[in-house]
Amino acid sequence: MPPIDTLYTSTLGAFEAAHAGFVQVALAVSAFLFVIGALGVFIRRNVITVMMCIELMLNAVNLAFIAFSRAHGTIDGQILVFFVFTVAAAEAAVGLAIVIALQRHREDLDVDSFNLLKG
Amino acid sequence: MILDVILFYGAAIVALASGIFVIAQRNPINSAFSLIITMCSLAVMFAMLGSGFIAVLQVVVYAGAIMVLFLFVIMLLNAKQDEGDRAGGIGRAAIVLGIILAVQAVAVVWNGSATLPTNYRDTAAVDVARGLFASPRFLYAFEATSILILSALVGAIVVARKEKAKGQ
Repeated sequence: MPPIDTLYTSTLGAFEAAHAGFVQVALAVSAFLFVIGALGVFIRRNVITVMMCIELMLNAVNLAFIAFSRAHGTIDGQILVFFVFTVAAAEAAVGLAIVIALQRHREDLDVDSFNLLKG
Repeated sequence: MILDVILFYGAAIVALASGIFVIAQRNPINSAFSLIITMCSLAVMFAMLGSGFIAVLQVVVYAGAIMVLFLFVIMLLNAKQDEGDRAGGIGRAAIVLGIILAVQAVAVVWNGSATLPTNYRDTAAVDVARGLFASPRFLYAFEATSILILSALVGAIVVARKEKAKGQ
């Protein structure tokens, strides 16, 4: 994959000075959003909220991909974000179908009550 | 120039704050709206980092489609409020795990370098399409994605379908 500067040759010299810290800030925000999402998976009990925390973690990963795409000057990170979007949409569709089935059969959305496989 | 910095840091702060609200709210609807705010401010950050097309996709696909699906399900099921945080050991273990993960994240970011390529331009949709299709690198992944979507479609219908009576 050629770097983007072979696709476009315009340079943004003065622009870079103000943007030098953006990648690191984006990586820090990404890391903290991932931690927040992981914490939410542990401490929340509603299935839908847990799924939203998973979406939050996927978004944090997307931000890291974009930041690294910016840092390396290639477009591969953005293409991977494209794939993450697709997987997230599929995951949300199947997960919410499972939530609807759970509500129909168990009439409960508390993750602690789904312990049929517990030994 | 300074406006860029203010916009980026503001979006970062809003993203973190609304991300915390996502897990701090008891009501799933409030969590969903906080998550929409998080996604929109992340879209601002994407655009500031030079990925305008991905920013548009973030708003359209995530905030527009996936979160509306979540809100549909929350309101369809009339999900009652969370009874409270996870009791006892697992909650404390989650806090400890979160602190460890945060320290690791800060350490990783701290060791990174801040140099950027100077000749970089905001990418448009055509750049993403060219990167996706110009070389066969992502060809099989792209085809696998279509199979994934098809199986997710079938799976969602099968799982959420109302079961027929047994003796039919």
